[in-house]
Amino acid sequence: MTAIVNVYLKEGVLDPQGKAAHHALDSLGFEGVEDVRIGKQIVLQLSTDDKAKAEAEVKEMCETLLANTVIEDYSIEIRA
Amino acid sequence: MKVAVLRFPGTNCEFDTQYAFEKLGHSTELVWHEDESLPANIDLVVVPGGFSYGDYLRSGSIARFSPVMKAVSKYANDGGKVLGICNGFQILTEAGLLPGALKRNNNLHFISKHQTLRVENTDNAFLNQCTKGEILNIPIAHADGNYYIDDEGLKELEANNQVLLRYCDSEGNNTVVNGSVTSIAGVCNKDKNVFGLMPHPERALEDILGSVDGVKMLKGFES
Repeated sequence: MTAIVNVYLKEGVLDPQGKAAHHALDSLGFEGVEDVRIGKQIVLQLSTDDKAKAEAEVKEMCETLLANTVIEDYSIEIRA
Repeated sequence: MKVAVLRFPGTNCEFDTQYAFEKLGHSTELVWHEDESLPANIDLVVVPGGFSYGDYLRSGSIARFSPVMKAVSKYANDGGKVLGICNGFQILTEAGLLPGALKRNNNLHFISKHQTLRVENTDNAFLNQCTKGEILNIPIAHADGNYYIDDEGLKELEANNQVLLRYCDSEGNNTVVNGSVTSIAGVCNKDKNVFGLMPHPERALEDILGSVDGVKMLKGFES
């Protein structure tokens, strides 16, 4: 199974990289962009076929290492 | 005083740190990240600056799981004194030994310069040689020094005198250097035995290098 983890700064935590990209998009003339947030995507190949087990394990990985929950939120998507 | 200085792959301030404490008359010992214990009879552990594990994932996020950090956590939880400088500060926040987190600098630049700092609290083992409100000149050199803590955490820090240093101008007014919440440059834990700061006191021990203000900071641990 494949787990796709997206890690991004929590709402309310200023994202300087997103802000810089937003500014650049404005300068390039792209209108109507209200906000830009930049995160990272972590793709994990898992040996298990058990979706629930995979989800639980990946959640633990996020809490332990992949995200710093003081400043970051994460989402997990499991694909067969 | 005997000082243990940690060394991870990518650490680059371990020799400066050893030099600094030895210049002040103390003995030092380098400790490799794979060691599962700290040397006997030490008075202080320093987690020095650098780019442990290439800053991969997040600064300090991988180093905190190295074998030596288990020993450091135990040492700190037993009341031992620990000082994290720059990357060491990042590692200690990642390890949960210090509150908050360090984000990318607001301007996205690596900032390397001398910076004035205001001493916020001196009732601790680190800054007891300084006076409250004193302005120190200490070099900074970091990309991820933007200290974040939520409002509730900040209140707690203030209530317990855990804010050690703030970035300021030459007059002592808060200044925005990297985007840190209320210009915080260094904090300690509630028990006041674990200290972290982004600036490098070990680089400010000689007039020829622009400042000797680091001396009184590092000497604090002697008492």
